[in-house]
Amino acid sequence: MSGRAGGGGGPRLNPLRVRRMDAKEIRQLFRDPKTKRIIFAAPIIQLLAFGYAVNTDVRNVATAVVDHDRTAESRALVDAFTASGYFRVVERSDRPADLAEALDRGRAVVALEIPAGYAADLKARRSPAVQLLADGTNSNTATVAQGYAGEIVQAYGARLAAAAGGRRSGVELRTRAWFNPSLESRVYNVPAVIGVIVLMMCLMLTALGIVREREVGTLEQLLVSPLSPAELILGKTIPVAGIAVLQITLVTTVALLWFGIPITGSVPTLFVAAVLFILAGLSVGLWISTISATQQEAFLSMYLFILPAIILSGFLYPVHTMPDGFRYLTWLNPLRHFLDVVRAVFLKSAGFADVWVSIAILLAMAVAGLSFATRRFRAAL
Amino acid sequence: MNPVEVEGLTRRFGDFTAVDGVTFRVRRGEIFGFLGPNGAGKTTTIKMLTGLLPPSEGTGRVAGLDVRAERDGIRERIGYMSQKFSLYADLTVHENIELFAGLYGVVGTRYEERRAWVLEMSELADAVDRLAGELPLGWKQRLALGCATLHEPSILFLDEPTSGVDPVARRRFWDLIAAMSEAGTTVFVSTHYMEEAEYCHRLALLNRGRLIALDTPRALRARTVDPIFRLETEDAPRAVQALVHAPGMVEAAMYGRDVHVTVENETTGVDTVRAALAGEGLSVASIERVEPSLEDVFTALVRAEGGAVVG
Repeated sequence: MSGRAGGGGGPRLNPLRVRRMDAKEIRQLFRDPKTKRIIFAAPIIQLLAFGYAVNTDVRNVATAVVDHDRTAESRALVDAFTASGYFRVVERSDRPADLAEALDRGRAVVALEIPAGYAADLKARRSPAVQLLADGTNSNTATVAQGYAGEIVQAYGARLAAAAGGRRSGVELRTRAWFNPSLESRVYNVPAVIGVIVLMMCLMLTALGIVREREVGTLEQLLVSPLSPAELILGKTIPVAGIAVLQITLVTTVALLWFGIPITGSVPTLFVAAVLFILAGLSVGLWISTISATQQEAFLSMYLFILPAIILSGFLYPVHTMPDGFRYLTWLNPLRHFLDVVRAVFLKSAGFADVWVSIAILLAMAVAGLSFATRRFRAAL
Repeated sequence: MNPVEVEGLTRRFGDFTAVDGVTFRVRRGEIFGFLGPNGAGKTTTIKMLTGLLPPSEGTGRVAGLDVRAERDGIRERIGYMSQKFSLYADLTVHENIELFAGLYGVVGTRYEERRAWVLEMSELADAVDRLAGELPLGWKQRLALGCATLHEPSILFLDEPTSGVDPVARRRFWDLIAAMSEAGTTVFVSTHYMEEAEYCHRLALLNRGRLIALDTPRALRARTVDPIFRLETEDAPRAVQALVHAPGMVEAAMYGRDVHVTVENETTGVDTVRAALAGEGLSVASIERVEPSLEDVFTALVRAEGGAVVG
């Protein structure tokens, strides 16, 4: 019989009990085929999705062409489009109605119409107008394609003018994208997968793990033992944090080696931010476990949190294009700050000094979140 | 100091009073049986005594410690086993033992000794590497008992430990309980199996949250209850129908294939029963006076208190 008197104040922490809980937790996590799938399949699927499938780059845009002019000059303009690599001609016709139909049916995203007399106008130094129709249902592609088309037409016009011995236009706009010079969406998206994966793991494994124990009755057995709430929380969260760190390493490695996305900034800074972000995520998971009686409830609460968290993080849609109210809301979102750090470290060669504000916010969130969640957790036991 | 002392213990859930001013003492080393229909407040009482649920009113002391203020101390001194199998089904027998030994601070040579004892007691030595969830129910219960007693608690709380277990396994389980009690462990056990009540040294009968009797099984059985007759008839359900509303009858119920009928007056009882059945055209193959079983006593006590909540 242990002779220790009970009832003392303060959190009791016995390393042996925490260790045994951790060992049990890890055994269970890796023994359950469902959990194993979540741990390993989720990062792989997300990496594939954001590395390959989700492609916001505009390339090979399906283009329909109506050339009323049928001259060498008009053909040269079409060639300028296809040569750029941004456009791919999928249809040619001489009836304007076909253009509308190609856009309607979705066979083409962009339609180019060259009027009769195009070459003649050029020769007569009258600026001919060509019409570009774009399918605006995908506003992103349409905008980018319009931009490219405008540049192509301008450049082509300038070239013709130069060949004809005229002067080049005085002002020429040349844009260059920094940090992601090739403007590849993959470079932007793949590192950000880290944040989403970690958030999902922290919420799912923590909340579901605790709620499942409550459902099957094992939590009660733990609560009549000398295990203290603090030991229980550590037993539950340390393995999850370990898995999250493992996944960050995994995703980072794949980003570097497979997708060839370089980390140009400070890796230790990234990991400091990651640890704080994990703590914030674990607090949300703990908190969800206190308000959910069943695993279904926990799942639902998780999605109610995770969807807005992703949308308001800048993961898919840039924060600076959001309406003011939502932009302020993103300040409360740990994912937003973590993604700021991730992208800065991957793409902008950032060190601690560049992202300390984000890290300070994450630290505040981790501290506030953990103290709130543990208090709620003790009260709910 | 008694291992368990309870004074006016009450627990309310909203308007519903689950446990209503219960007072009793459990003596050292005894098997204290907690009996009552579902919803009588057995589990709620055990949860208050094990620190899982704070009482609304009254006091409870377990191992001399207050159930409200000294829960941590209580937890180190008690073992608890609930009606639901609450070990980890996805851990092996060995892993479950290792985990709970760790939680109770059973380490080193003591751990080796206790582990060997649990495996021997539960006869699971050949199943150490099997997942607990794959074991037959009777084995699971023995493993759960083992894990609850790894730290040699002075008081053991068992909440319907044998529900769903087959009679043979149940018997073996009770042999283990008896052995622990002989070794000095106080056992507080709730059950709704009447034959299990016979293993207890003393019984507390609970109904609608209130303690309606507390005595040894023998003393309870010796209580004067209305005389009971067992009768054999060709159509027991119809006989019960005929008897419950007949004058002079207290109670009639199916008892296996027979009918147990409680009458107000022993001397005229047999004739009243025969008359009532004859009125329905039923014949009586045999009728004899029987000693009240614990169940009869219990049914009579519950009836006197105004019936059970459910069933």
